[in-house]
Amino acid sequence: MKKILTLISIMFFASYSILGQKKLPSSTIKTLQGKPINIQDINNDGNPIVISFWATWCKPCKKELNAIAEVYEDWQDETDVKLIAISIDDSRSKSKVKPMVNANGWEYEILLDPKKNLSNLLGVGTIPHTFLINGKGEIVWEHTNYLDGDEELLYEKILSISKQ
Amino acid sequence: MKRIYSLIFIGFSTVLFSQENSFISGNFETNLQSYFIDSSIGANEPTPEIILNNAYLNLLYNNGNFSSGIRYESYLNPLKGYDSQYKGNGIPFRFANYNSDGLEITVGNYYEQFGSGIILRTYEDKGLGHDNSLDGIRLKFEPINGVYLTGLIGKSRTYFDYSEGIIRGADIEFIADELLNIEDVNYSLILGSSIVSRFQSDNNPSFILPENVAAISSRINFNLGNLNYYAEYANKINDPTGSLVQSENNYASGKAFVNNISYSQKGFGMSFESHYVDHMEFRSERAQRKEYIINYIPTLSNQHTYSLLAMYPCATQPEGEIGFNTNIFIKIPKKSLFGGKYGTTINLNFSRTNSIEGGTSFLNDIDSLTHESAIYSKGEKLYFSDFNFEINKKVNKKTKLNLVLSKQKYNKDILEGKIEGEYGIIESLISVADLSYKIKKGHTIRLELQEMFSKDDPNAQNPSDGNWHMMLLEYTVSPNWFISIQDMYNYGNYNEDDKLHYVNSSFGYIKGANRFTIGYGKKRAGIFCVGGICKTVPASNGFTLNIVSNF
Repeated sequence: MKKILTLISIMFFASYSILGQKKLPSSTIKTLQGKPINIQDINNDGNPIVISFWATWCKPCKKELNAIAEVYEDWQDETDVKLIAISIDDSRSKSKVKPMVNANGWEYEILLDPKKNLSNLLGVGTIPHTFLINGKGEIVWEHTNYLDGDEELLYEKILSISKQ
Repeated sequence: MKRIYSLIFIGFSTVLFSQENSFISGNFETNLQSYFIDSSIGANEPTPEIILNNAYLNLLYNNGNFSSGIRYESYLNPLKGYDSQYKGNGIPFRFANYNSDGLEITVGNYYEQFGSGIILRTYEDKGLGHDNSLDGIRLKFEPINGVYLTGLIGKSRTYFDYSEGIIRGADIEFIADELLNIEDVNYSLILGSSIVSRFQSDNNPSFILPENVAAISSRINFNLGNLNYYAEYANKINDPTGSLVQSENNYASGKAFVNNISYSQKGFGMSFESHYVDHMEFRSERAQRKEYIINYIPTLSNQHTYSLLAMYPCATQPEGEIGFNTNIFIKIPKKSLFGGKYGTTINLNFSRTNSIEGGTSFLNDIDSLTHESAIYSKGEKLYFSDFNFEINKKVNKKTKLNLVLSKQKYNKDILEGKIEGEYGIIESLISVADLSYKIKKGHTIRLELQEMFSKDDPNAQNPSDGNWHMMLLEYTVSPNWFISIQDMYNYGNYNEDDKLHYVNSSFGYIKGANRFTIGYGKKRAGIFCVGGICKTVPASNGFTLNIVSNF
């Protein structure tokens, strides 16, 4: 066991320096209609993308999505950013996703990751977990938890990579 | 062991070929807790180690279509409430995956779910201490547009070991509009079917047991504009259950039927989920232990996060249950009479589960009766019901308010496996007020007040815990700091000595995707359920340190 661990650590840390930026991995999740979609196929014409992992039972997640919803139009006008809210609701609560999104009037693109295919590959443990992706598809910033007002920090980060 | 080396080798060689598209990511988590003896809350079991710890590290390597990873887990020794079979260190999870042009190959550990999971779902839940990932091979293939095939073979993880039974599974899914090349329509039809089979050799001296046992299911998912309908029917045959002694062993078949419907438009949404389940627990071994369960029957109630609402949680009874869960979401628009300046959100939720008419097929088989209850025939015994009314309102620029009123009925005998008549049905009325106020930019104070009024079953032998107060005060400074203190007070306990306060405080620092939390306090003994799996958490008193880091 020890040998393996040493080997793994050496390998990973030795290779870390020559590796590229963290990106979205090739992973198939679902649309609201239940159709498969590879997360690498999403794009926003070179503009920033925010990916937020959430669930219908997660209070801070809903707080975050509600807080962003209030300023989303301004954000889009100023930076052309697109927010993709990926729900990790499993079959217990999956059918509540679309009704909740529509009732709240959230204008985000919604995807489903009920088997946690993508969230496992991105190391998402607790939610909310938010990723900021630049025009090249690289993950430039990530954040867990939501404290009231956190959306302002997110917006600063979006501005810093936005083309405009 | 050899496999790990090959995985590492694959990973390493890919690194050498092209570095630009490759990256490493992962996350680390450690949960330390100290335990003091506190006989007042029932934390009597000594902890000679003083400190226990559960820790995990996920390391993932990615290169375009290729990914591989390992998870190192350390339980020295496992926290209370986790099975002692976790004791030790190891790498119980490692995989390599290739995903390109409609073909996906996974070697090693993987999580999979067919349909809604009624015949197969492997998943992990660290809070529950549950991880039944399959170790083996999985192939996913799209032979023609709109047809998706999955085939797998593997053994399910049980702590640091694997099941004796071998699981084989296949799933086919048709997406009609993709198959027929219809584009830009507002409807879709998805049909699917799956089979899961277990092989376990028969070495039982008294019975000739079937070595191959199967479960099958078929599903349909139909979307028309804002309407969505999902149905699934599953059957399990030939599965010897019971404790494999003459009087109890039987081969009763199981079945389940799931029906979900939802509709929504801007400002309004509703969902209705229901199921009928009869003798439908499916395991990777004959042994009746929860770690071998490889299917998942979703619980028909909303998952609550407020502590008093979650005190008596509903749990699926896979042996026999019929029920439904319905939700209505309404947003009253801004600037209307009830909407106010910012609009008001309302959520109504009603759920109920009952026994099935005639009882579980398992019992009927013992009594040599034929189980003839029609599907969707309700029995008399109530298992759980709740009604929740939640209203969420931004009062002004600085104040947000969330109110919940809930009525729950909880059949403790059934849901916690007690003897019938011991506690009966506990009825409770719960109210929650959650108020947050923005003091200045980034600074928010939040107050949560909860009350539970509970009523015991008049025929029960034992009383429940009675009424509770709960209060929480939290102060957060975006984006880095939070501090909170909470008290749960069981003032309504029938026993004077048990009228206890459970005070907890925590303090945390967050930076990006890293979080440190320290806490101190008393936790009550409780029950924590997801799907059909429940964990009982013993009472504890002590410090906690939790570190989470993503990279």
